[in-house]
Amino acid sequence: MLTTHFPTRDPDPVQLLDPSGHRVTHPDYALDLSPEEYRALYRDLVRIRRVDAEATTLQRQGELGLWASLLGQEAAQIGAGRALRPQDFVFSSYREHGIAWCRGVPPIDLLGFWRGTAHGSWDPYRAGMANYQVVVGGHALHGVGYGMGLRLDGADGAVLVCFGDGATSQGDVHEAFTYAAVFDAPVVFYCQNNHWAISEPLTRQTRVPLYRRAFGYGFPGIRVDGNDVLATLAVTDAALEHARSGSGPVLIEAVTYRMAPHTTSDDATRYRSPDEVAEWAARDPIARLRACLEREALADDAFFADVAAEAERLAVQLRTECRSLPDPRPTALFDHVYAGPHPLIDTERAQLTAFLDQFTDRSTDRFTDRFTDRFTDRPEGPGSWS
Amino acid sequence: MELTLAKALNSGLRKALESDRKVVLLGEDVGRLGGVFRITDGLHKDFGGDRVIDTPLAESGIVGTAIGLAFRGYRPVCEIQFDGFVYPAYDQIVAQLAKIRARTAGRVAMPVVVRIPFGGGIGAVEHHSESPEAYFAHTAGLRVVCCARPSDAYWMIQQAVACDDPVIFFEPKRRYWDKGEVDPGAGAPLPLHAAEVVRPGTDLTLVGYGPTVRVCLDAADAAAEEGRRLEVIDLRSLSPLDTATVRDSVARTGRLITVHEAPGYLGMAAEIGSRITEECFYSLQAPALRVTGYDTPYPPSRLEDVYLPDLERVMDCVEQSLSY
Repeated sequence: MLTTHFPTRDPDPVQLLDPSGHRVTHPDYALDLSPEEYRALYRDLVRIRRVDAEATTLQRQGELGLWASLLGQEAAQIGAGRALRPQDFVFSSYREHGIAWCRGVPPIDLLGFWRGTAHGSWDPYRAGMANYQVVVGGHALHGVGYGMGLRLDGADGAVLVCFGDGATSQGDVHEAFTYAAVFDAPVVFYCQNNHWAISEPLTRQTRVPLYRRAFGYGFPGIRVDGNDVLATLAVTDAALEHARSGSGPVLIEAVTYRMAPHTTSDDATRYRSPDEVAEWAARDPIARLRACLEREALADDAFFADVAAEAERLAVQLRTECRSLPDPRPTALFDHVYAGPHPLIDTERAQLTAFLDQFTDRSTDRFTDRFTDRFTDRPEGPGSWS
Repeated sequence: MELTLAKALNSGLRKALESDRKVVLLGEDVGRLGGVFRITDGLHKDFGGDRVIDTPLAESGIVGTAIGLAFRGYRPVCEIQFDGFVYPAYDQIVAQLAKIRARTAGRVAMPVVVRIPFGGGIGAVEHHSESPEAYFAHTAGLRVVCCARPSDAYWMIQQAVACDDPVIFFEPKRRYWDKGEVDPGAGAPLPLHAAEVVRPGTDLTLVGYGPTVRVCLDAADAAAEEGRRLEVIDLRSLSPLDTATVRDSVARTGRLITVHEAPGYLGMAAEIGSRITEECFYSLQAPALRVTGYDTPYPPSRLEDVYLPDLERVMDCVEQSLSY
């Protein structure tokens, strides 16, 4: 079904739900969902948006150092995330909170990275998703290597590699496309084209639609309405199946929009117009699905009220968990640098331990901040610095 | 048996492929050709294209996909064709490979070996004679080693493949054809990160690694004719550094010279000199000295004899050290 032939004209992005919430049909992508499945997608969208909003608030209150909001991209991520199966594996950038959500990563495990308590809080093998990777495009090759491993193992699974429009300019993404193509790696490259790479518009990255690049490498490229959760689910499901069946990689361009600034440190009013933002607000992915659920009587008022209340409870819980995330103990610096003993690391750990012990009051097992004479609780029990 | 260093590496890789089916080799021309230096000669024929993999010509891709394979439980061994071609992979090595264990709180191991033929002296064109080891030794999370002799080549490559951390494995390309005794039945004589006193002496400690071990041994021979007994240490491991072996030697000899082909500024000799000065201050009879490549780009090959530390420059430095 998926073609590697260059299209004679750019087709419209695949859409199954128009911006006013009407179901539309597509010749290549059917999606037959039960009412429960429709409602589950809606719950996902609302809850991940609430998690995202809470994280933004926590950053504003100083609980997080930074946050990269997914606002506007919920359907792009939930659709792709719900197409994944347990045997699949994800390599992502740092804005894929919705994908992580679908992989069962607890929201609190997203926050440690931004609070500064850990570079990666969840177990990649348990989640089937690598921890966030920040160098733009750097993980695309990891996904291809993992896919090559799946093939060597004869395993039934595919890799989803998530990146943005900016990353498509990186050499590593080009190399990843090349390697995936020549090794027939079971990889779905999932590009969320959210139109902005911090302040740089899409036109600074490309002069052709991004999905078209796939044809130059000899694999299928599909453009999908990234604000239509039904379409992103159907298209990603088909692409993953294509990859799992041994037909090689696929590129999906999910056309969406980054409604928030790049991160909480960014000021998007310096480089884009309120009119543009308003235009995309009218294509909101959650409002669109809600309109569909209401029109087709797939959910009632009680359902919407329940979901809203559930999202509020989630936010309250996330706030509590975030504020109680412990700082790592000082000698955690030296954990996990190497697999085994390492003379330099071992020496430096001993030096820091001895240095810190100078400021420890043994009678109370509290240590003095050496600059302020404040007593603070020692993070762990006696003798446990290392 | 007597093997060249190149053949010893080839035999060591063969052993690694035999003993663990998760070991795969990746690189440019490593398949049917056997690599431009023939280090992987015959391995493609015997282990097949799924385990000895010719890659597209993209070094970042070699290391980046090796990382993904390691995520999947493989133990990839990458060949970078020449030292000067490793820089396109530099980001994948220092920003990804070195950091993934820490990023994942120890949940994901990165048992990846990156083999790099390095150093000059073969009359090559630009980018084929460099010594980039300090860039990697400066990066936490990597282990950096360098073999100098066939026996070490045979054992160290197997130890590197068995290591659960990423190992940058430097091979002295101008010594590929040097022969030496290798005893495959004996078991590895030393741990991967131990330095070795390869010639005992009393008057001065010469530290080299890779191609300069031979230079140091030649200097010890020349000094012996003048009645000077120089101790020579083959460092073998650049990160971590076996400081204890160097310290014990300098505590006896009181004099230290480190010899490497890489530029001197912020090179391995700087680190060794600083650490030995800290640890052996009262034993030192002379400042820690070094003989290194100059702080210039690697020159056209007609000038490389001027650039590379050779017997004369090392002997000149020995005289300088002994004059204190």
